[in-house]
Amino acid sequence: MDEIFGIPAPLLFGQLLLGLINGAFYALLSLGLAVIFGMLNVINFTHGAQFMMGAFVAWMLLNWAGLGYWWALLVAPLVVGLTGVIIEKTMISRLYKLDHLYGLLLTFGVGLVIEGVFRNEFGSSGMPYRIPAELQGSWDLGFMFMPIYRGWVVIVAIVACLATWLVIEKTKIGSYLRAATENPALVQAFGINVPRMMTLTYGAGVALAAFAGVLAAPIYSVNPQMGANLIIIVFAVVVIGGMGSILGSVVTGFTLGVIEGLTKVFWPEASSTVIFVVMAIVLLTRPAGLFGRA
Amino acid sequence: MQINRRGALAAGAALAAGAGAARAQARPTIRLGVLSDMSGPYRDATGPGSVVMTQAAVAEFAAQGFQVEVLQADHQNRPDVGANLARQWYDQGVDVILDVPTSSVALAISGIAREKNKVFLNSGAATSDLTGPQCSPNTVHWTYDTYMLAKGTGAAIVRTGGDTWFFITADYAFGHALQRDTTRFVEAAGGRVLGAARYPFPATTDFSAYVVQARASRAKVLGMANASTDTVNTIKAAREFGLHRSMRLAALLMGIVDVHALGLDAGEGLLLTESFYWDLNDRTRALTRRVRAANQNRPPAMVQAGCYGAALHYLKAVADMGPAAAKADGRAVVARMKAMPTDDDAFGPGRIREDGRKLHPVYLFEVKGPRESTGPWDYYKLAATLSGEEAFRPLAEGNCPLVRS
Repeated sequence: MDEIFGIPAPLLFGQLLLGLINGAFYALLSLGLAVIFGMLNVINFTHGAQFMMGAFVAWMLLNWAGLGYWWALLVAPLVVGLTGVIIEKTMISRLYKLDHLYGLLLTFGVGLVIEGVFRNEFGSSGMPYRIPAELQGSWDLGFMFMPIYRGWVVIVAIVACLATWLVIEKTKIGSYLRAATENPALVQAFGINVPRMMTLTYGAGVALAAFAGVLAAPIYSVNPQMGANLIIIVFAVVVIGGMGSILGSVVTGFTLGVIEGLTKVFWPEASSTVIFVVMAIVLLTRPAGLFGRA
Repeated sequence: MQINRRGALAAGAALAAGAGAARAQARPTIRLGVLSDMSGPYRDATGPGSVVMTQAAVAEFAAQGFQVEVLQADHQNRPDVGANLARQWYDQGVDVILDVPTSSVALAISGIAREKNKVFLNSGAATSDLTGPQCSPNTVHWTYDTYMLAKGTGAAIVRTGGDTWFFITADYAFGHALQRDTTRFVEAAGGRVLGAARYPFPATTDFSAYVVQARASRAKVLGMANASTDTVNTIKAAREFGLHRSMRLAALLMGIVDVHALGLDAGEGLLLTESFYWDLNDRTRALTRRVRAANQNRPPAMVQAGCYGAALHYLKAVADMGPAAAKADGRAVVARMKAMPTDDDAFGPGRIREDGRKLHPVYLFEVKGPRESTGPWDYYKLAATLSGEEAFRPLAEGNCPLVRS
């Protein structure tokens, strides 16, 4: 029991748990992407920048308005979601009738502009943000020290994923949304304002990214590039799970977090590559992704 | 202000026109090009601040008999982009390229400067190979290098009983060099390296997995052979997982902007090695007062101060030999720079060795706690001072082909 495949068991369990924690971030970010793609058919490349904005708004609230972490969890998604609404109204809504590629290019460009503006304003090295006093410290699990804050992230992420899934699959608004994706003209004929619904959906997807950004602010350096590294992995997660599949993105997010965690033990140099190897295999065998509809 | 490749081309065109004008005025123009990271992770420690500090040197020198012009461009940390910009600049009349963080880009440009017989004054890159196997008669390495970092922080921690190490290393040339140089000091002092985790660069955000491995190794010291955001994220993870209670954290390359990003709560007690700190003495404080407003109200960082020191000494050498002779032969300018003793407000008196290594005192600092600090940027306590001869690699050990014994 002391060693598994030549690796001390405590180390292995520790890495599994850490993988799960990273998976929580992947799941939360890919969830927002999946919601946006599923409903709007837009591949939102601004997502990484919006994740970063969430963290920065948390920092601004603390340093400029004196509002701490708990307020930031509520206010930052609203503020960043509002900027999402503006972007959708003024730009993205004009591209729905065109090929996916246009939406992708537009959102990619908007993301670069946002990152550039933050870099000019705040520099590239980042801002400090503390773990809130209530969540400091760690539990001794025997095989490793588990920081309380990381446990909190996992729980919050699971709750957020469940809530999103419930809203879309089990509520009336969710059913309108799903219907509008299938046949917007018909849903509009029933008197439902489809364009407004699209706008709010984009805002909600963006708010999820910002929410993840606030969760990340105390653990990672709050800097303008913080979303850029993560977003590439998150896109792979979405592709593996199946574009637009909410269940797929959540399950894949957690699973890939664990796979990546294990790779870090057995072959650390390959830990950033393993996700893309999985992606290649999935695309070769199931081009629509694990949970996608062909 | 950022300049991309197209911007640099436009600047080049303007420059060609300027060269004509200069001839008409019969007052030669010396052109300094600051080639740096204007948009990536090293921007705050180098970048626009390096331009500001180069301009400060020009202002202080107040050239007589020739004009001085400062240009800037962004190499995006890519050797191909940097090499292209350097070729264009040198071909269009730029006499000296300054700064150039990122070791791979710096090594490429050192080769180009030699080929075109121009001058390359490096401040931002870390690799000690610039004055080692790849040294050049056209290159001066001004501010710091991996050997001096390893000797400063690494050796100091070994001396205080930290004799078993675990490294978290960025998996590329710079990380490997820093781990190699530090390992040498650890082993020379009778210590041992118990393990290392090499993580993919730059695709890593979360360091908790490596921090947990480090803890499992039961080493006394965690050596971080990385830089900038990666170091900040590693330290944050180490503190979160309680590592700082059982291990010493050795941030082998960390500067004042990283401490600012980390915050003093998390940074308190860290040891780090720098050759410049704005609050070191009266001269550094006076320099900081002169430039602070232009530098976005921040004191200069070490690499930025290096651009000031290097530019000032270069201009003195040009004035000494005459601008026409200086423009014609980069190698002769560097030879003159080596022959003249250096002195500036950032580094004090010093000299440039025949392999191109600039020698000046190096300082080991301890990061203050939040209570000791009187405000933003008051971050360091001086722990030890090493002379230039002690801190940098002995001339004979560098394998520089210019040095023949």
